[in-house]
Amino acid sequence: MSVYETLRHFADSYGLAAMMLVFVVLCAWPFLPGPRARADEAANSIFEGQDDGE
Amino acid sequence: MQAEAAMGRAGLWFGVMLLALAAAVMAHDTGFAFHAGLVAFVAFCLMWMSASRFDPAGKAEGFFRMPEGPSKYDDAPVRWGVIATLFWGTAGFLAGLYIALQLAFPVLNFEPYLNFGRLRPLHTSAVIFAFGGNALIATSFYIVQRTCRTQLAFPGLARFVFWGYQMFIVLAASGYLLGVTQSKEYAEPEWYVDLWLTAVWLAYLAVFVGTIVKRKEPHIYVANWFFLAFIVTVAMLHVVNNLAIPVSFLGSRSYSVFAGVQDALTQWWYGHNAVGFFLTAGFLAMMYYFVPKQAERPVYSYRLSIIHFWSLIFLYIWAGPHHLHYTALPDWAQTLGMVFSIMLWMPSWGGMINGLMTLNGAWDKIRTDPIIRMMVMALAFYGMSTFEGPMMSIKAVNSLSHYTDWTIGHVHSGALGWNGMITFACIYYLVPRLWKRTRMYSLRMINWHFWLATLGIVFYAASMWVAGITQGLMWREYGADGYLVNSFADTVAALHPMYVLRAFGGGLYLAGFVVMLWNVAQTLAGRLRSEAPMTETPYDPDADRPLPADAVPAE
Repeated sequence: MSVYETLRHFADSYGLAAMMLVFVVLCAWPFLPGPRARADEAANSIFEGQDDGE
Repeated sequence: MQAEAAMGRAGLWFGVMLLALAAAVMAHDTGFAFHAGLVAFVAFCLMWMSASRFDPAGKAEGFFRMPEGPSKYDDAPVRWGVIATLFWGTAGFLAGLYIALQLAFPVLNFEPYLNFGRLRPLHTSAVIFAFGGNALIATSFYIVQRTCRTQLAFPGLARFVFWGYQMFIVLAASGYLLGVTQSKEYAEPEWYVDLWLTAVWLAYLAVFVGTIVKRKEPHIYVANWFFLAFIVTVAMLHVVNNLAIPVSFLGSRSYSVFAGVQDALTQWWYGHNAVGFFLTAGFLAMMYYFVPKQAERPVYSYRLSIIHFWSLIFLYIWAGPHHLHYTALPDWAQTLGMVFSIMLWMPSWGGMINGLMTLNGAWDKIRTDPIIRMMVMALAFYGMSTFEGPMMSIKAVNSLSHYTDWTIGHVHSGALGWNGMITFACIYYLVPRLWKRTRMYSLRMINWHFWLATLGIVFYAASMWVAGITQGLMWREYGADGYLVNSFADTVAALHPMYVLRAFGGGLYLAGFVVMLWNVAQTLAGRLRSEAPMTETPYDPDADRPLPADAVPAE
């Protein structure tokens, strides 16, 4: 098999599965029970302090 | 010590000037000689400024406005960036209007420097990289400092990023007029300008990451994720797509290392992700900071913003092949590009909904606050063009729309509607804060800008839809004998009214921008326009009484 074919077979099998897994984990991460409060905190963090300052 | 440093620096610039002059003399072509001369001129100015530091009262001392202490945010590059955005916006919009008129009235082509072929890349680069790029540099430097609660890292490097980027713009734009181009869409500058931009961009990355590393806030706010994705991805795209071998080291010509369809695919992998990461991720970062700030409410769902981020990152990078439908590109790659483009619709709308719903409970601000109104219109156009794009990437639709003016209409509903409007809104937010004014000179003028721009986009997009579909249908029309009915010139003649309408829309958009220039100039001059507020709840003291005793109550 040529390098092209080897890479192509990897891309549409293990490579694809691995990328899919990483993507799903990254998207599911903020929906774990813990990060909820932290997300609200982060969303409000831009309103603290004198951030229009010099 | 001061004198020695100034002397050393002046000597360094003198050396650079001599080298550039030598390159100009020995150059193989006019374009390269002109650019080398330009570098020599800039080196001469810098030498002059370094030397003038001998003078204790030298004016150049404060030119780069280095931050005085850690107690203030380093906003000088942000202020320059805002001014540069307005300056290059003027150039880019004017060039756009001019080339629109050239298409309607070919007599406006002045050979060779001001013909359509040379002015068009000048327009696209001026609006995307000069107007949009400066807006991104300014807002990213503003936001990263506020959200990290720390001063910009490497202040010297930050100044190099700003001025180096302006140098890139001048080299690119002057090159186009002289015919220096490698003929790649959105990547026209030749090899030596590409190398310069790579240096500037890596410095940008260093400043941005350095600031995040020394942050005082534990969490990295989501806007910085988008900015970081924008900076890192654009670095990767720029380097790979511009891999080229120069013909000579003192000439402007180079050849791409890729050939044929590989070159085409690399180009559109670059081109589409320039849209995805320069014009989308970077401007979404502005949206995720300035929309909540202006609405004074946190983003609708922070967790949706994280999903938005990862979906864009994982999907966008595969969508490029939809620019090469029905070409020599393998069929599976075309289908892959189409499928990923359609999937992109969902995260895009997730982001749009997230931005719009941030106004939940404050919808009245659309009536009272023209800046919010602009932001909402920007998000609406983001939604519209991210629906239109996936639809046009479907092969059957693309067979009608590709190579027609529909594509140009689509690009401009995104660029004028989304990028333009969100940038204007951010500038209106930033100017009073950066220059310590109570508010913009006039809020009503922002409203005028809003309506002129919106109406301009409507004229632009509508005329280009009609033009594009007319073109697509005329090109594919067969007669009973199996021959094409229309020649290309027939379609050009049929489109003339649409081209005039498009130029009218562009003129309206530019008129709105001129209103903005006036408004910003007056704000910087410290004036406040006395005007009626945008909204008033009427109060009539005469009507505010109990009914008289003899009155008949209403039934």
